Amino acid sequence: MFEIFQFDFMIRAFLAGIAVAAVAPVIGTFLVVRRYSLMADTLSHVALLGVALGFLAKINPLISAAALSILAAFGLESLRTGRRISGDAALALFLSGSLAAAVVIISIAHGFNVSLFSFLFGSISTVSPSDLWLIIGFAFFALLSVFVFYKELFLVSLDEDLAEASGLKTKFLNIVLTVLAALVVVVSIKVVGALLIGALMVIPVLTALQWKRGFRGTILLSVLFSLLSAILGIFFSYYLGWASGGTIVLISLFFFLLSAFFGRK
Amino acid sequence: MPVAKKKNALELDGVAFSYNRQPILEGITFTVAEGDYLGIIGPNGGGKTTLIKIILGLLKPEVGSVRIFGENPAQFQRRGEIGYVSQRAQQAGMNFPATVEEVVMSGRASRAGAFHAFRSEDKKAAENAMETAGILRYRGHLLEELSGGERQRVFIARALATEPKILILDEPVAGVDIASQERFYDFIEQLNKEMGITILFVSHDIDVIAHEVKTVLCVNRRLVCHGSPRELIKEEFLEKLYGKGVKMIVHGH
Repeated sequence: MFEIFQFDFMIRAFLAGIAVAAVAPVIGTFLVVRRYSLMADTLSHVALLGVALGFLAKINPLISAAALSILAAFGLESLRTGRRISGDAALALFLSGSLAAAVVIISIAHGFNVSLFSFLFGSISTVSPSDLWLIIGFAFFALLSVFVFYKELFLVSLDEDLAEASGLKTKFLNIVLTVLAALVVVVSIKVVGALLIGALMVIPVLTALQWKRGFRGTILLSVLFSLLSAILGIFFSYYLGWASGGTIVLISLFFFLLSAFFGRK
Repeated sequence: MPVAKKKNALELDGVAFSYNRQPILEGITFTVAEGDYLGIIGPNGGGKTTLIKIILGLLKPEVGSVRIFGENPAQFQRRGEIGYVSQRAQQAGMNFPATVEEVVMSGRASRAGAFHAFRSEDKKAAENAMETAGILRYRGHLLEELSGGERQRVFIARALATEPKILILDEPVAGVDIASQERFYDFIEQLNKEMGITILFVSHDIDVIAHEVKTVLCVNRRLVCHGSPRELIKEEFLEKLYGKGVKMIVHGH
């Protein structure tokens, strides 16, 4: 039907795009309602440092990015609960700190090659078969975790004190959420790039919020918008030759604008 | 529903707590009988919310002991028996995309247990709670579509969904208009009288003891007074609590 599907790399691109689009706004919803939208951006910069370290150590950069982001997730959570600095300050600290470290490592290694660029801005057509398995595996694990802990994550997002008073392990749930955010960042990094992951996790959620549904409804709608953006974005980027990450995010922004005008008031 | 045998729902013995070496609570000792309606009053910053958090097991007292139905709150397993309405939840609800039913159902989260989806009994309990709180007709509405008083009832219904024996309300009438407040006091009284739920009603406003509370506790770092509302209208207590020149007008009941 479409010539686009004659190429294995484009089929992998679509599968990766769909996996990422399905999971990013699910975790994103929890981050947005907790006013933690910047978490995704912070973790993506940490992931970038992980990618740089992966190149340096010559291991799959997605693996080193996952390891470092999960480590950072624990660090962020302990800084936040330690209350020595506020949540947004902790995010800023990690964001700029890991970007600085990434830049230094890149300069030490004299710039690596072009593929680092693809981690910055996304390069969905370079998803290798092993990348695809990692992406699908992580995405599936993240979705399954939300499914299993849905009612607990809902309550801890609504009010942490209420959750703790109800006997929920709020520390554990906060870590779960942050680690899941880290996993989503890693699965998204090849599809939209480190610099645009935050957009993919946040914009479809903001779009869904314009339609004023309940919590579950908001999550489902955000996944719908995100899937549409990813699929259309990959088509456009293939036929027009536009950068895939930017195209996907621009389309999701377009849906946001439409929803802001026509959504439920 | 009369309570056959009066047990102590709550016992505090010599509880003290400080934050950054600043004492917040000292020597707090009191008991609350099952079925009581206790008003906890005191000025802002007097340690009321800290006291509530200690009772809920969210904070550990530095000295002293707390017993809920004879057990340590941190180890208290039957969490569902304590319904809690936090002050913050009502404000947070404004910007939280959730339906009334979703919020009320969240009261069943710990009863349903980890790794379990909600069962039909959870749904039933949530429906009963919404019915009792008079918000069943709003079940599909978003929190932000409701008035302050209605949103208030959503969080009470959430607490009721756990089928609590103790209901702890932290500043529940803050931000609720006067007419709704009156209905709200009636509603709480009904929960206490008809369902036999022990109520702890926290307020910085001395008005609360002018209503239906059976016992009043005044907290300003220490326990300033403890007794029936009528005993406490005496000026000396209010002076200790809020400073000179405060008078109390009690409605005739």
